Amino acid sequence: MIFSFETWQITLFSLSVGLAATLLILPFGIVLAWFFARKEWPLKSVIETVVLLPLVMPPVSTGLILLKIFGRRSPLGQWLYERGVEIVFNWKGVLIAMSVMSFPLLVRSVRTSFAEVNLRLEQIAATLGASPLRIFFAVTIPLAYKGIVAGALLAFSRALGEFGATILLAGNIPGETQTLSLAIYNFVQLGKDPEAYTLLAITVALAFLFVWCSEWLVRTGKKT
Amino acid sequence: MIGKMMPFMGKSLSVAAIFFVLAWTATRAWADEILVSAAASLTDVLNEIGKGYQSKSKNTVKFNYGPSSGLARQIDEGAPADIFFSADLPQMDNLDKKGRLEPGTRKNLLSNQLVIIVPADSKLAISSPRDLLKADVKRIALAEPSSVPVGVYTSKYLTDEGLSDQFKPKIVPVQDVRATLASVESGNVEAGFVYKTDAAVSKKVKIVYEVPIDKGPRITYPVAIVKDSKRKDAARDFMSYVQSPAAKDAFKKYGFVVLD
Repeated sequence: MIFSFETWQITLFSLSVGLAATLLILPFGIVLAWFFARKEWPLKSVIETVVLLPLVMPPVSTGLILLKIFGRRSPLGQWLYERGVEIVFNWKGVLIAMSVMSFPLLVRSVRTSFAEVNLRLEQIAATLGASPLRIFFAVTIPLAYKGIVAGALLAFSRALGEFGATILLAGNIPGETQTLSLAIYNFVQLGKDPEAYTLLAITVALAFLFVWCSEWLVRTGKKT
Repeated sequence: MIGKMMPFMGKSLSVAAIFFVLAWTATRAWADEILVSAAASLTDVLNEIGKGYQSKSKNTVKFNYGPSSGLARQIDEGAPADIFFSADLPQMDNLDKKGRLEPGTRKNLLSNQLVIIVPADSKLAISSPRDLLKADVKRIALAEPSSVPVGVYTSKYLTDEGLSDQFKPKIVPVQDVRATLASVESGNVEAGFVYKTDAAVSKKVKIVYEVPIDKGPRITYPVAIVKDSKRKDAARDFMSYVQSPAAKDAFKKYGFVVLD
């Protein structure tokens, strides 16, 4: 079991979709986190709360909402279906579930790291004639990059552990949408504990590695 | 000689090539891939049946395993499943009422038996439900009697036997069948009620009593083709395969009761 084809397939699938989800949400997360950290506008706290909701809602209910949105019986699902795009029971469903569930963690971490950037440095850049865009890319991002990477790693780890939203939106189809978490669930349901423990060991090892790296980056990032 | 043969060989080769391409596209066009949404407890037996089917048919079959309630929910939202194989009658009834099933395809295919399990090393002398009333049986694990099918069936059975009130103080409601097995395996409870097929997956428990099929509640696993299916011919083909003698033998091997 440990080195079986299925184990590798499931692990590689989880890692690659998790990575794709992280890369997909990274630009949105950075921009949104910057607005949260630097700008004020009416009802800002409402939007901040909505973005954080998937973090605290039962994942199954997030999955149910996603299923409603992307199911063939919704207007969006119908529109996508007519163009040959299937989200439900598809790896794209895994991607969306993982993205939605890990987005709040990314935004929160990146926002904190933007808040820690010394505003004076940005102001100095502005007095020297740098445009806001240039300040963002030449000052803010380089000073916050450790926090951004830490947030991305945390989001990636969350994506790997995703279960509730994934099983509802993407299903649990071995070889197509089955991630590490879904396969563990399946093995536990069948009483195949040794197989479940093997996948559990892989999940724990990966999660430990990424969360540890993320924490390390946050720690060292603060010293500068 | 060879020179004279060449055009002929060339022609027959191209004819053969065209033939192969045609045959290939023909099988491609007729071969379908169907998706069966099935209760997680059917994983092992359906994987075996799926392999058997694919060795005989040009079609391929994929499975989506999960809790029956979630699978029904997905189909209700238009998920592209071709067949629904539920461990639970109400979920199928619900989809039926909403018009999500292909009329006339629904079939109650399997049944299961309630059994009493104890830890494999248990010294207690239990050979009937009444033995569970003895003082040395302190706790009995049962999947949530209000919502989980096996819990619902068991409490109905106990009520029918007139044992419900005496059992009540001993019953520990747990999350599902797996949790029942786990609590019996660990010895935290003296006994539990599960399906026969579930008891079969654990070596750390033993079956001490099987509720006779005619005395127990009617446990049903229904299967049907989904109305939205785009591959109904292939779905029908697989439906008839799961009712074939080969598939029935597989179901029996895993402890299911095949209904006729």
